[in-house]
Amino acid sequence: MQFFGGSEISPSPPVPTASGNNAYVLYIFNRNGVCLLYREWNRPLKTLNSQQDHKLMFGLLFSLKSLTAKMDPTCVDKGNLGVPQLPGQGCSFHSFRTNTYKLSFMESPSGIKIILVTHPRTGDLRESLKYIYNLYVEYVVKNPLYSPGAPIRCDLFDTTVDQYVRGLG
Amino acid sequence: MAPAAPRSGEAIFASVEHVNSELFTLTYGAIVRQLLTDLEEVEDVNKQLDQMGYNIGIRLVDEFLAKSNVSKCVDFKETAEVIAKVGFKMFLGITASVTNWDAEGTTCSLILEDNPLVDFVELPDTCQDLYYCNIFSGIIRGALEMVSMKTEVTWVRDMLRGDDAFELKVKLLKQVSEEYPYKDDE
Repeated sequence: MQFFGGSEISPSPPVPTASGNNAYVLYIFNRNGVCLLYREWNRPLKTLNSQQDHKLMFGLLFSLKSLTAKMDPTCVDKGNLGVPQLPGQGCSFHSFRTNTYKLSFMESPSGIKIILVTHPRTGDLRESLKYIYNLYVEYVVKNPLYSPGAPIRCDLFDTTVDQYVRGLG
Repeated sequence: MAPAAPRSGEAIFASVEHVNSELFTLTYGAIVRQLLTDLEEVEDVNKQLDQMGYNIGIRLVDEFLAKSNVSKCVDFKETAEVIAKVGFKMFLGITASVTNWDAEGTTCSLILEDNPLVDFVELPDTCQDLYYCNIFSGIIRGALEMVSMKTEVTWVRDMLRGDDAFELKVKLLKQVSEEYPYKDDE
């Protein structure tokens, strides 16, 4: 697949600090829950088939976002839990950590959700997720052969993301 | 690490690759000319330009959000300002202004002083009903739909028809809230 133009992807990527692959899994969802991309580098235990896994992940994040926004102590408006939110309202969560992994999350205002699961000692990945979003724009959105809303089938995008994630500390 | 601050339209415009503006204008002119030949009815051409703009808008919004780093707009007023100051600047190098807010804050006018699409263009008598820049209304409608706002965008003033400026009326119909997309079977 040809990639035209050499425009610089901004912001420039954070400098990779460690070698070796620290990321386990990457998901990209769109606003309708369609899993656009699923990349796996290190996932020894698989319990669900991929459909269920994607639904579970999407549902988890949807609920977490809703919950964190409703629990916000600085927010004036106290809606009821479960009421769909207007976009732009409420705070947004960006990661959670367990003893075995850290899940970092980024949602764009257009509903594109990027989820990266890494080892638990990873630092703040917000800039890295933004960079992946930029890669998405350059390789997928600008690709005339891609139809919006469909799973991404672009080898160049896959390899670029792999390379980038491999370099993350 | 704090998230980066939003970048101004100027800064982004300076950092992206530019295409020759005449090439852009002439290519757009060729597209409209071809549509007129294929579709013949001016109304159909207007609709087709709007649809093409819509398809562009749904992709354009991601590029806009990625490059400009704006956070979610709190209300429609902020949205309109961002479109005018950052959006138009970033993609076309022109600045638009926002005026004519109605009482509820759901309708406004975007005024474009200069418009790169209409350089060298004159509308012939047979095409007086043609909205030559209708692609803009589709782009704005498509982009806003991807950020959960259903809008209606129409032309109020059109310099090709003798008015003194280009004026787009943007009306917010409704804000669609996020719904859980899966139907629960289990």
